[in-house]
Amino acid sequence: MNCKGVVRELSDFLDGELAPDLLKELEQHIQKCKNCRLVVDTTRKTIEIYCDAEPLPLPEGVHQRLQQALANKLGRQPS
Amino acid sequence: MPVHLENEATLVAEAKEGNAEAFTVLVNQYERNIFRLALNITSNKEDAEDVLQESFLKAYTNLGRFQGNSRFYTWLVRIAVNESLMKLRKRRSDRQVSLDEKLETEDDGLLPREIVDWGDNPEQHYAKTEWQEILAEATQTLEPAFRTVFTLRDVEQLSTEETAEALGLSVPAVKSRLLRARLKLRQRLNKYFK
Ligand SMILES: [Zn+2]
Repeated sequence: MNCKGVVRELSDFLDGELAPDLLKELEQHIQKCKNCRLVVDTTRKTIEIYCDAEPLPLPEGVHQRLQQALANKLGRQPS
Repeated sequence: MPVHLENEATLVAEAKEGNAEAFTVLVNQYERNIFRLALNITSNKEDAEDVLQESFLKAYTNLGRFQGNSRFYTWLVRIAVNESLMKLRKRRSDRQVSLDEKLETEDDGLLPREIVDWGDNPEQHYAKTEWQEILAEATQTLEPAFRTVFTLRDVEQLSTEETAEALGLSVPAVKSRLLRARLKLRQRLNKYFK
């Protein structure tokens, strides 16, 4: 596998969905190739950063206006 | 993906019976995630707020149709994605936004540039809110077709299949867009870690 191949298989690799033969080839390549190793590490980190990010609190007033909209609706007897 | 409420099935069942309080618990649990999702897709705060309200109102109205085959949250996400895409299309009707548009499928331009090590915990150098704004801004630089897939897959952590279903895309299309989105975001975040 060459550098292009690593990039092509990167998502499946990071998601743990790479077929065993490709997995072996990819691991062999990144052992020798520092650039690809860094790409794998930083892309993995990018995904982790987004996975771990807590959503921000809602902007001012958004929660209240949602509650109001729901109250208007829920006040009526649902069919 | 937000924390799964242990009593979610009970809350949904009670809400189906017309228990407004039970539904409010579900709303309070998921409102921040749904707002973020809508904001990520629409890139517009007013649109995101509309989507937030319409999604929960729709969910309440259609609760009877929720079969419980999937998590309530993924069902809710599907509603919110549809609402968000409608907003996005309305706002950009001048230059048609389509998630089905033919996107580059060749490998050209995929090979990353500027390859540097990020160290262990790059985000520690930033205050929490500052960091969250950096992340949000970075996703906004992606094309809608990319950031929508990325948001569902890596932010809300739906499976590839769930993402494909929610967006009406094939699994290979989701995978190809996800790869591009991840590489582009990696590139965008690079400058904060150099
Ligand atoms: Zn390489």
